[in-house]
Amino acid sequence: MPASEDGQWTMPAKNVQNTRFSGLNQINTSNVGQLKVAWTFSTGVDRGQEAAPIVVGDTMYVVSPYPNILYALDLKNNGAQKWKYDPHPQQASPGVACCDTVNRGAVFDNGKVFINTLDGNTCAVDAATGKELWKTKLGDINQGETITMAPLVVKGKVIVGNAGGEFGVRGWIAALDEDTGKVAWKAYSAGPDTDALIGPDFHPFYAMDQGKDLGVTSWPPDQWKLGGGTVWGWVSYDPDTDLLYYGTGNPGVWNPELRPGDNKWGSTIFARKPDTGAAVWAYQLNPHDLYDHDEVNENLVIDLPINGETRKVIIHPGRNGFMYVMDRTTGQVLSATSYVYETAAKGVDLQSGRLIPNKDKEPKTNQVVREICPASPGAKDWQPTAYSPQTGLVYIPHQNLCMDYEGVDANYIAGTPYVGANTKFYAGPGGNRGFFTAWDPIHNAPAWQIKENFPVWSGTVVTAGDVAFYGTMDGWFKAVNAKSGELLWQFKTGSGIIGQPVTYKGPDGKQYVAILSGIGGWPGALVSGDLDPDDDTAAGGWGAGLRDLKDATTKGGTLYVFSLP
Amino acid sequence: MRLRLLIAAIVLLTGISLIACEREERGFRVQTPDTNRVNNKQLVDLQAGQPSKTPDTPNDYENNAQALADGKQLFQQMNCTGCHAHGGGSIGPALMDDKWIYGNRPEQIFSTIVEGRPNGMPSFRGKLPDYKVWQLAAYVRSLSGQAPSHAAPGRDDDLQVGKPENSQDKKKPQNSTASKSAEAPQ
Ligand code: HEC
Repeated sequence: MPASEDGQWTMPAKNVQNTRFSGLNQINTSNVGQLKVAWTFSTGVDRGQEAAPIVVGDTMYVVSPYPNILYALDLKNNGAQKWKYDPHPQQASPGVACCDTVNRGAVFDNGKVFINTLDGNTCAVDAATGKELWKTKLGDINQGETITMAPLVVKGKVIVGNAGGEFGVRGWIAALDEDTGKVAWKAYSAGPDTDALIGPDFHPFYAMDQGKDLGVTSWPPDQWKLGGGTVWGWVSYDPDTDLLYYGTGNPGVWNPELRPGDNKWGSTIFARKPDTGAAVWAYQLNPHDLYDHDEVNENLVIDLPINGETRKVIIHPGRNGFMYVMDRTTGQVLSATSYVYETAAKGVDLQSGRLIPNKDKEPKTNQVVREICPASPGAKDWQPTAYSPQTGLVYIPHQNLCMDYEGVDANYIAGTPYVGANTKFYAGPGGNRGFFTAWDPIHNAPAWQIKENFPVWSGTVVTAGDVAFYGTMDGWFKAVNAKSGELLWQFKTGSGIIGQPVTYKGPDGKQYVAILSGIGGWPGALVSGDLDPDDDTAAGGWGAGLRDLKDATTKGGTLYVFSLP
Repeated sequence: MRLRLLIAAIVLLTGISLIACEREERGFRVQTPDTNRVNNKQLVDLQAGQPSKTPDTPNDYENNAQALADGKQLFQQMNCTGCHAHGGGSIGPALMDDKWIYGNRPEQIFSTIVEGRPNGMPSFRGKLPDYKVWQLAAYVRSLSGQAPSHAAPGRDDDLQVGKPENSQDKKKPQNSTASKSAEAPQ
């Protein structure tokens, strides 16, 4: 067990580097087959459960989907409830949540638990008593803003970003003082450099990202005000470079013909200083995004031997289908390798840094373009990957989808969707809609891959016991051998799984594995929202892609905790 | 070549005018329903005291092809599609199925649109004149086959997303016991 492993799980991604690697090895490839349910807990909400339960000492904290109730559970007493905290989000907020009323988890720091609420608040709660310490309103549902991401705490600051890219909002990331809830800085994605906190420290690697006020000049006049670039995914931090890394969402209005230009800073990775928010570099993965390819996916902070040299990199499994290995000090792309079937783009030009789109697959207004792969949810959506320093592999839960896309006119009415596209998704080659892939980031190739019938919409964790865990949308929680992908154990939970598995050492010294079961999220809204898949565009295109999901699972909201007997 | 084009144009024009005539017969000059009566309808089967029969407010737009076509356009322009897709639902509930939280009667749908509903249906009060809301309400009902097939919209030029409105099976509306789209308030 590495010395740094304390057996806790204090933030959804396990550590600021976002590796989701646990040094625990009590549960391993030889005994994982004996896992049994230790205890369960109902969140009381039957919408999509995307949260990671977190563990601090002898307490577990779980936040439910809207209405975002935070529970403290006693690990010394089979998860009995210690207290609960109800932040009372506005009842209308589900109306502006594009993709079910999910919440991706709480985070602990310095005696406090922090959560975001669907109606755009960040709350700090006393970890011992559940008493509210402060609550800061950051978003406005009348503008279509929500918050679904899990905060990250770095150097006494709570880092938060908004969601609402389907509502023409302006995306931002903000840092709140952990003791007072006061906003220390806030950086918008689109707009003038002053709003984006782009100043003298800013040195993007590629020429395409250099210049003044690109967040204004790369748009038709004033369109940046509806420019999206929301920050609803993962934020990571590297103590060595003292930089935050995060990606921004799609630029505002999906239909790309309505916004000529590169549309900065949508679909961009930013590196910022946590103290001031000052941008240090930016790299736009999808200039003039064509397909709702948000790039909010996690950036794993690791060091890799590349060409005989140890490089400080981030690994970004792109929604656009490319696995990016980037120098995290400069923002240079070292490699960008396609990891799914791809018709939308031909590759990434490593000279200019630019994605090379396939002209034939460019969306057009009032015209249907077919066989665009990957579809809008991308090669991988929000569901976070894990990295094991033992195997050197990145574990990626993801999907295999193509789509038909028709651009249509869009009418901006604040608080209502601003999309301008009809889409329908379907399985890519092979017919399986999901994959669980172990990726070798040095050789840029899969080590092994498991096909899944449904998109793998859950996160994953990998352990020093060489076991990786993930769940399926029809409710199977699986343990596989991290080296070979061999299925070692599976358990059928009550509902589909789209949550984040975690593992921890209980007060009794035993290792536990926990996962929330409860279908929902963007694809699972078909079940959690009781939608009608006779309409191919239900849930924004999943009607066509998951017509069979309602026959495979039912709503739920239960935490399962497993241990060896 | 020119001649052929001309003939084609004539054929097309006659075709269109024929269809247009037929449409006129289907309900020319429709009366807008009386908006004063939208609050007449009770939402639930159970009533305190003696049940009294409230009269329905029929919406003649449901028999009018032009009004339904306008309703369909409004459904797109007012961003209803963004939340309800083409009837299958996404953020908001499906409108093409048999389940209704706030009632399926034209006057109830009118109220839903104008007043909004608590779990995230925005109020469109002041955004549309009443007759357009009635057109929308008529179109909403056509999604579950409540409008006659001779008046409901047929296949259009856009991405095909399922059966067109005029070939939807007529669903038998049921009350939904629970909110489908959002968590019931705690
Ligand atoms: C911002 C998202 C959003 C927009 C835009 C929107 N709706 Fe809704 N709608 C909802 C939600 C959410 C509900 C469910 C409300 C509830 O349960 O309280 C709903 C409910 C409804 C219902 C009631 C369904 C039932 O079962 O009783 C109707 C009818 C409806 N909407 C029609 C429309 C029409 C017509 C438009 C366009 C003018 C529209 N909606 C625009 C989100 C939206």
